Amino acid sequence: MRNSNWSIWTLAASVLALSTTVDAAPPTAAMLSNACAGCHGTNGGSAGPSMPSLASQSKVAIVDAMKKFKSGERPSTVMGRLAKGYTDADFAAMGEFFSKQKFHATTQPVDAAKVKRGAELQDANCSRCHLDEGKDGKDDTPVMASQWLPYLSIQMDMYLSGARKMPEKMAEKVKPMSKADLDALLHFYASQK
Amino acid sequence: MKMERRNFLKLFGASAGAATLGLAGCASTPGAAGAGKKVVVVGGGYGGTVAAKYLRMMDPSLEVTLIERNDHFISCPFSNLYLGGILPDLSSLTIKYGKLAANHGIKFVQAEVTGVDAANHTVSTSKGVFPYNRLIIAPGIDFRTDEIKGYDETAMPHAWKAGPQTLRLRQQLEAMKPGGNVLISIPLTPFRCPPGPYERASMIAMFLKQHKPGSKVIVLDANPDIVSKKGLFLKGWKKHYEGIIEYRPAKRVTEMNAKGMAVLVEGLEEVKGAVINLIPPQKAGAIAHAAGLVGPDKRWCPVNPTTFESTVQKDIHVIGDACIAGAMPKSGYSANSQAKACAMNVVALLVGREVTDLSAINTCYSFLSAKEAVSVTGVYKANKDKGTIEAVAGTVAVSPDLSEVEALYAQSWIKNILVEMSS
Repeated sequence: MRNSNWSIWTLAASVLALSTTVDAAPPTAAMLSNACAGCHGTNGGSAGPSMPSLASQSKVAIVDAMKKFKSGERPSTVMGRLAKGYTDADFAAMGEFFSKQKFHATTQPVDAAKVKRGAELQDANCSRCHLDEGKDGKDDTPVMASQWLPYLSIQMDMYLSGARKMPEKMAEKVKPMSKADLDALLHFYASQK
Repeated sequence: MKMERRNFLKLFGASAGAATLGLAGCASTPGAAGAGKKVVVVGGGYGGTVAAKYLRMMDPSLEVTLIERNDHFISCPFSNLYLGGILPDLSSLTIKYGKLAANHGIKFVQAEVTGVDAANHTVSTSKGVFPYNRLIIAPGIDFRTDEIKGYDETAMPHAWKAGPQTLRLRQQLEAMKPGGNVLISIPLTPFRCPPGPYERASMIAMFLKQHKPGSKVIVLDANPDIVSKKGLFLKGWKKHYEGIIEYRPAKRVTEMNAKGMAVLVEGLEEVKGAVINLIPPQKAGAIAHAAGLVGPDKRWCPVNPTTFESTVQKDIHVIGDACIAGAMPKSGYSANSQAKACAMNVVALLVGREVTDLSAINTCYSFLSAKEAVSVTGVYKANKDKGTIEAVAGTVAVSPDLSEVEALYAQSWIKNILVEMSS
């Protein structure tokens, strides 16, 4: 019943629509990227605590993440399924779009003592890749500053369980750290704006 | 709703002459491509708010007016969580329009639309006549109540537009004596939010399990089978609500007896319920009918799959639940995604630029319990040869299992999409 109804509607719609079919350019970077904003926020600035901000991420980091979602190398819920809808050229266009958006600062509850400890750990261990207190995303290094704490925690758990593969340099630093120190680091990044 | 339709019939077409009543103020930037062009958006829900916002983001020289009858909007997505008792009230699902209007220079008008004059390019409202160069209509759904004999939404709330109806259904559930049965009647497709009725059955069953021992949910589905996320719903029902949810396919309700608290399936089989949630069959919102935008099916609005321009009336675009968007489901996220594509192409058409092909997404979550949710996704593109919208192969897929982490993501989904609509 459902299928036959749909096909009648589709047929009716197509007959009508053909008369007004227009020449159209392929989807632009904005067309592709705006569709992401329902979950990731307007221009990639997320308001949802388990969703990362894409604004101001480097193009390489976005493309890298999308390719890994598509291949399944990076575990995900919806992202792996959605990534199958796009080509490498689409990923590049999205990366370009989000890299040009203004850094999205968030205000969230953080523990001041943890932020202080996290700052020391950042200086000593992470600052060579996570530049400018995690605000500067370069190459495939994501912008960490102002990301929501629940998002950061979910990702760190995935790194520690092995579900998400850590880059070698990161693993060298992370593996010896205590849980408390890792938590402090995440509070530090969450606090930066 | 019935009242509103009568108003339309009475007032539609009676108000054209005053086409020159201008919009107050002129926000146009001299020299900008769309300068002084007027776009009116009707409907402040998932589609309309986002269309108005992105129009102004993409061309700040446009004059954009958003017309909505209420001063607030309550999200249907997540309202089942209120019925289940996860949300204490509807406040977290309620948005207002002030911030959106101020942030983006949108003129918000709280008014009832009384007619659309496509020939003269005007929208008549309870607060005057608004001329447009292009009109975007996002009216959501209305109900084909004439297909349910004796229809009475007070006795048997639909709760398929979030608000007073949702509160009413919740009150009825709370007041019900333990041991009573709750009926949920699901109409034939297409209807707003395909997985919504099954999520509702889950949420009400959760409530009954906790508070109404001996009570059951009986699902009367007009469709031959569960229409969305079937395997996951069955799995969740078996895991959590065995013996509490009874699913009956191919049971189309055609009549109600408000006094006897019973419905009739195909005019023959009587089913009684202590609480009855009757979700009637649906059609495009009344405004779409009044504006002459519905197609040969007399229910929904056919549109161009690239621009969402009506194929019936020129210079009027229809987005969201009311339009026929091919493979895209009637969901909040679909409306959000369509709104952006439509806005981009409305700007292009106003300034004489080439339009851009659609690339749209749907992501939709359903809760099975207080801590577990599942999702369905899809990426969509226009098929211009067929004049419709199709899913990109491999992208329409559901969660592999019930998931606690998806419940967390769902919470962020609703947060982000409501913030996008309201700021």
